[in-house]
Amino acid sequence: MTVAVLPFGDAHVEKPRAVLSARGLSKTFGGFQAVRNVDLDVHHARVHALIGPNGAGKTTVFNLLTKFIPSTAGTISLDGADITRTAPAKVARMGLVRSFQISATFPQMTLLENVRVALQRPNGQAVQFWRSLGSLRNLDRQALELLERVGLQDMRHRLASDLSYGRKRALEIATTLALDPRVLLLDEPLAGMGQEDVSVMAGLISEVAKDRAVLMVEHNLKVVSEICHDVTVLQRGEILTTGDYETVSNDPRVRAAYMGNEDA
Amino acid sequence: MTETSLSQPFVGPAAGRAPLRLLAVCIGFAALVAAPMFFYPIFVMKILCFALFASAFNLLLGYTGLLSFGHAAFFGGAAYVTAHAVKVWGFPPELAVLAGVLGAIVIGAVIGFLAIRRQGIYFAMITLALSQMFYFFCLQAPFTGGEDGIQGVQRGKLLGFIDLGQTMNMYYFVLGIFLLGIFAIWRIVNSPFGAILKSIRENETRAISLGLSVNAYKLSAFVMSAAIAGLAGSTKALIFQFATLTDVTWQMSGEVILMTLMGGIGTLLGPVVGAGLVVTLQNVLATSEFPVTVITGATFMLCVLTFRRGIVGEIEAAIVRWKRR
Ligand SMILES: Nc1ncnc2c1ncn2[C@@H]1O[C@H](COP(=O)(O)OP(=O)(O)O)[C@@H](O)[C@H]1O
Ligand SMILES: [Mg+2]
Repeated sequence: MTVAVLPFGDAHVEKPRAVLSARGLSKTFGGFQAVRNVDLDVHHARVHALIGPNGAGKTTVFNLLTKFIPSTAGTISLDGADITRTAPAKVARMGLVRSFQISATFPQMTLLENVRVALQRPNGQAVQFWRSLGSLRNLDRQALELLERVGLQDMRHRLASDLSYGRKRALEIATTLALDPRVLLLDEPLAGMGQEDVSVMAGLISEVAKDRAVLMVEHNLKVVSEICHDVTVLQRGEILTTGDYETVSNDPRVRAAYMGNEDA
Repeated sequence: MTETSLSQPFVGPAAGRAPLRLLAVCIGFAALVAAPMFFYPIFVMKILCFALFASAFNLLLGYTGLLSFGHAAFFGGAAYVTAHAVKVWGFPPELAVLAGVLGAIVIGAVIGFLAIRRQGIYFAMITLALSQMFYFFCLQAPFTGGEDGIQGVQRGKLLGFIDLGQTMNMYYFVLGIFLLGIFAIWRIVNSPFGAILKSIRENETRAISLGLSVNAYKLSAFVMSAAIAGLAGSTKALIFQFATLTDVTWQMSGEVILMTLMGGIGTLLGPVVGAGLVVTLQNVLATSEFPVTVITGATFMLCVLTFRRGIVGEIEAAIVRWKRR
């Protein structure tokens, strides 16, 4: 196995503060325990991977952390503030912003409008019902810059529904970055992307992680080994182990459970 | 990024149609100004009134994605307030209409607050239930006149000197209100707030994840829709000079849904066309042997089955297809 050179060697040794922490997080659907007693610390300026087989509960953990579904037990804190009972929109405004596994865009809006909608509220331009749409032009430059970061600037006037799956994911990342979140939760951001886009997007993720925390679900272990500082393995709703990629990938339990036949 | 790419206006593909649009708006305006010379003015006023009501409803269904089954409460409620303000308080017409709109805002805020947390059909059911409660309130309350309603409402003098008892004066007063209401809707839809509403309609979960408290935006849209529906109801009370239970019944809520769907939801003109069609049908059939509700019901079925986007919706879609060729 080859371990790529980590971009932030020092951070790797001495972890900065945990921005997002969960303790004893659990979720039961009916009688089925999808997430069991999960402890998680996501740190500033680090990329943290959440991996595990399908149905392990990764998306459910995301839904719990962002308050899209209520947890059965456990606590969550963001920058020291308890957000266990906070409404999802409020959590987002506090700086914990997510993307979705099934890419979430506004299909009948152009790419530019998609990003602009995300910029409206932080810029205090969400409630003016008496002004024209032209009053949003001041956001165009910033929206276009975000589209450029994901390579979609040339398609800015196309409808989001016209995009390929991989490009919808890229648009979703641009929209998410528009909020300049402190913690970025990405659910399989590279799924459906071509090889070339994968490396561009992986590069973008490590770049944006320089001044924020990133937690991502990802199946592409090559990318995980290259850009993630911490790896948590989830299996049947429980954490199997947490550590750096090398430690985790050499853990015999992990190899047995998940990576056994992967080319890791 | 080059400066040239930024200098392009970001108004999208509709920009090229602007002169044509302006022409259409001018022709429409001229037609409305001239209409009472060719048609019975009360009939045209009735159409304008229901067209405004349906447009207000469409602001909610078409542009926010909320199906209310209780819009009669705002329409009829405002009619009562206006009628009461004129008869009992002696308000001039402009203030009476304003009072009606305020009444609709209050009713809308209460019903909206109680319903907004529910989704889809549950939202529709709660608005229906609450508007039925309002109906029974109107039936029992001492100042609504029970089964008789409030009759003999004087139109009064607009701003103290324009006698609205004169049909033509009244017509242009109603036309002014109609244009004001339609402009307000157009403005709301094409505003920063409207863009947020659109995003909520397209993908509510994503909107929440972007930090938008969607219920607050939906409630605002609900109250705006109620206010404009109230504007239509108040105007109706002045046109017909009475306010009765008819305007707060669930049938009235159903009628406005029918008009909007027939004309085309999510289009600015659709509800206007739908209202025109339904009111015309009602007027034509009122003197004939046919049962009105059966015929309008059948027309509605026909429209829904043949033009799923409504009349204006289908025309717009056809224009888009034609342009793509
Ligand atoms: N809303 C829900 N209701 C019932 N079961 C659910 C719900 N969401 C997820 N699950 C179940 O929880 C388990 C974990 O799902 P998920 O978190 O989507 O897994 P992953 O993202 O790791 O593939 C699955 O067995 C799934 O069927
Ligand atoms: Mg998942």
